[in-house]
Amino acid sequence: MRLGLVIDLDTCVGCHGCATACKQWNTSGTIGPLSDTAPYGKDPDGAWLNRIRTFEVEEQPVSKTVHFPMSCLHCEKADCVTVCPTGASYKRDEDGIVLVDQDKCMGCNLCAWACPYGARELDPVQGVMKKCTLCVDRIYDENLPEAERKPACVLTCPTSSRLFGDFDDPNSEVSQAVRARDGQDLMPELGYAPTNQYLPPRQPVEVSVHAVEEEQPFTVKGWINKMIAR
Amino acid sequence: MHPAFSVLLFTVTSGFGYGFMIILVMAQLFGGNPFAAPQAYWLSFAVALLLMTVGLLASTFHLANPKNAWRAFSRFRTSWLSREGVLALLYYPLALIYIFVLWRNSWQTSPVVLLTGVLCIVIAGLLLLCTAMIYASLKTIPQWHTRLVPAGFLIFAVLSGLLLFNLALTSAGQAVAKGWLWGTVALSVLAAVFKWYYFAFVGKPSRSNINTATSFTEARVRLLDTGHSAPNFLQKEFIYEVGPKTKTLARRLVLLMAFAMPALLLFAQMNLAGGGLPLALLAVVSAYLGLLLERWLFFVEARHVIRHYYGA
Repeated sequence: MRLGLVIDLDTCVGCHGCATACKQWNTSGTIGPLSDTAPYGKDPDGAWLNRIRTFEVEEQPVSKTVHFPMSCLHCEKADCVTVCPTGASYKRDEDGIVLVDQDKCMGCNLCAWACPYGARELDPVQGVMKKCTLCVDRIYDENLPEAERKPACVLTCPTSSRLFGDFDDPNSEVSQAVRARDGQDLMPELGYAPTNQYLPPRQPVEVSVHAVEEEQPFTVKGWINKMIAR
Repeated sequence: MHPAFSVLLFTVTSGFGYGFMIILVMAQLFGGNPFAAPQAYWLSFAVALLLMTVGLLASTFHLANPKNAWRAFSRFRTSWLSREGVLALLYYPLALIYIFVLWRNSWQTSPVVLLTGVLCIVIAGLLLLCTAMIYASLKTIPQWHTRLVPAGFLIFAVLSGLLLFNLALTSAGQAVAKGWLWGTVALSVLAAVFKWYYFAFVGKPSRSNINTATSFTEARVRLLDTGHSAPNFLQKEFIYEVGPKTKTLARRLVLLMAFAMPALLLFAQMNLAGGGLPLALLAVVSAYLGLLLERWLFFVEARHVIRHYYGA
């Protein structure tokens, strides 16, 4: 099994709901707390497992605003695990989830240095590394109804821009989405083979304004307006 | 990259320690005690071990959760940081056996002395390699992911060792052989040329950019919003900017203090009848400060690819 996320850059509206839901679930989950320093102060800081940045792609007048949520991509070749001296960072054989054993981490930051995607953040209070767990404490919980055995970010997304599933299964929702929409790796040149995939924005449907005007039914008022405008 | 002072202190100080150890043991194995008085060798050996220890202790100061530091000895099969920890721990009994057998044999090189001595040299070299590979193994930092990094750490440490050896001999009141001095001057020149080449290498463009980072490889991409109002962990740890003027000044100071000054001082020492102690001391101080600045610049000029998600 190779569990991960597909993120649809076409429909994400940048509401930060996924980041907030993630913080809420995980601060009281197995790797919690996710500490903050001065959360209501002038200079708030804290550990988040999900960050949403916003980019402008192409230039005016054809530019598009793209909201870009990023959490751990659960790479196949996860250097963050290789560099870890204590064995706190590990990748699970059974489902490919990359985790940090909070009891073993010594807070040397080397795994964060080895991650190209900024997926790891040091907890400013506990001094240990925090990262996305793919809600491992939720997706296998048989006390939850089956529909809720998904990561918090996926469940909360109001535009369903986040899909969760097994990339090894060719018929899973995620595999089908990647095939249909040409899912992309981020920074493939580094060779980390990330599991999470990003769906590029769809081509916008062209609407010809002129054609709409032409199709207006003939009215006397319309005809007079046109004449006066000339 | 944010230059944590404890890491600068660690790499430079332990570099002086490993380098001094390599030179001392090499000198002993090839030519017997280089000092007229045996105590001077014991003292120098102790200083080398002390520098290594201070360096390694400094490395633990930047840990956010040092109570788990003992676990760092466990993953030596994959992690360079762990390998360095294990080898550093093995070094102490090894060095003690070497020095003890040397003392018992009253300076006669027995097979045990030869074996432990050679191991002292080789493992000090491997320790330097481990320190350098912690940085050179990171694909996320193109300026570090190069063989130039381990080569540089090795050259700078051996140079530091030679300068300390010169200081040790001079402070024992002995004249230093011309060969050693010329060798040190030559290595200083080599080190300066090497560093100058590295400064040019650092300017090479990275394969990653905002386009590969976002997967929009055929469009112009621009950051509109980071999504948070104050700098986060990623920005504080990975994005550290200094102006081009400061950088140029620092580069010149590195070449001057770490390599040119020591070479000139040693050259002056060669042509001086006696009393070279202030010169030898100044050469070590200048090289130490110069190499601290070199390590600072090593971090400042390292550009982690995460910066592409922040608009670079």
